Amino acid sequence: MELIDFIVTALLFGGTFFFTTATLGLLRFPDLFTRLHATGKGDTLGVGLILTGLVIYLGLSPITLKIIIIMTFILLTSPVGTHCICRAVYNQGIKPWKRR
Amino acid sequence: MVLNIPKNSNFFITYIVMFIFWILLSWEFSLSNILFGLVGSFLVAYSTRNLFIKERIAISPQKFIRKSYLSILYIFYLTYQIIMANLDVAYRVLHPKMPIDTRVIKFNTKLESDLAKTCFANSITLTPGTITIDVKKDIFYVHALTSEAAESLLEGSMERKLIEIFQE
Repeated sequence: MELIDFIVTALLFGGTFFFTTATLGLLRFPDLFTRLHATGKGDTLGVGLILTGLVIYLGLSPITLKIIIIMTFILLTSPVGTHCICRAVYNQGIKPWKRR
Repeated sequence: MVLNIPKNSNFFITYIVMFIFWILLSWEFSLSNILFGLVGSFLVAYSTRNLFIKERIAISPQKFIRKSYLSILYIFYLTYQIIMANLDVAYRVLHPKMPIDTRVIKFNTKLESDLAKTCFANSITLTPGTITIDVKKDIFYVHALTSEAAESLLEGSMERKLIEIFQE
């Protein structure tokens, strides 16, 4: 029981950590493309870790199955969202930031 | 042994999958709920039958097992890559000097089907330091956060794995 609690806490902590770095990246990075690097990846793994934590916490139940389905869909759609924003902006002719 | 599925059975396959999905998501076995499910999946299956099943390919059972095995391996590989990507971005975000050096690279892919290209584009977005900007026919436009990320993508081990799964 103790071990499961420990694993769940670690996963939830990891999830919030990656959400935090994603948000910091959004604030610190110089332009849209680099910001998408931070948020597009950070959110996927953040949500993934938090939901994995919930799955372990709940054990085997119908809700676990739903959470796994939600995880699959987030994993499939999050990159597509990133890609859509990126393409729309790139086709508008906005040039990516470069270090000088 | 190859399963013979008639060509016009798209509707029934979609219908059954949608209904299983309804049961899984609602998890309630009252009469009214199951009736709602039957009607709802009928409407969804009728409107999306040709989107859900777009193309069929004949495949032998041995090949199917091998490809499934490779796909599962690929999911583990991708999970590892996602974790590495996040650690990499977290490091660059937290570093006081932000060691990033962005560039846009452009390359040709050998993947043919739309599904394979979609998988590849999504995988690129989830792996360290690269996001797909656009795909035009065979040309991928990729934004890389660092030059190492661009080089490791152009080296092409991920593409080879996908070619093994989707082609030949």
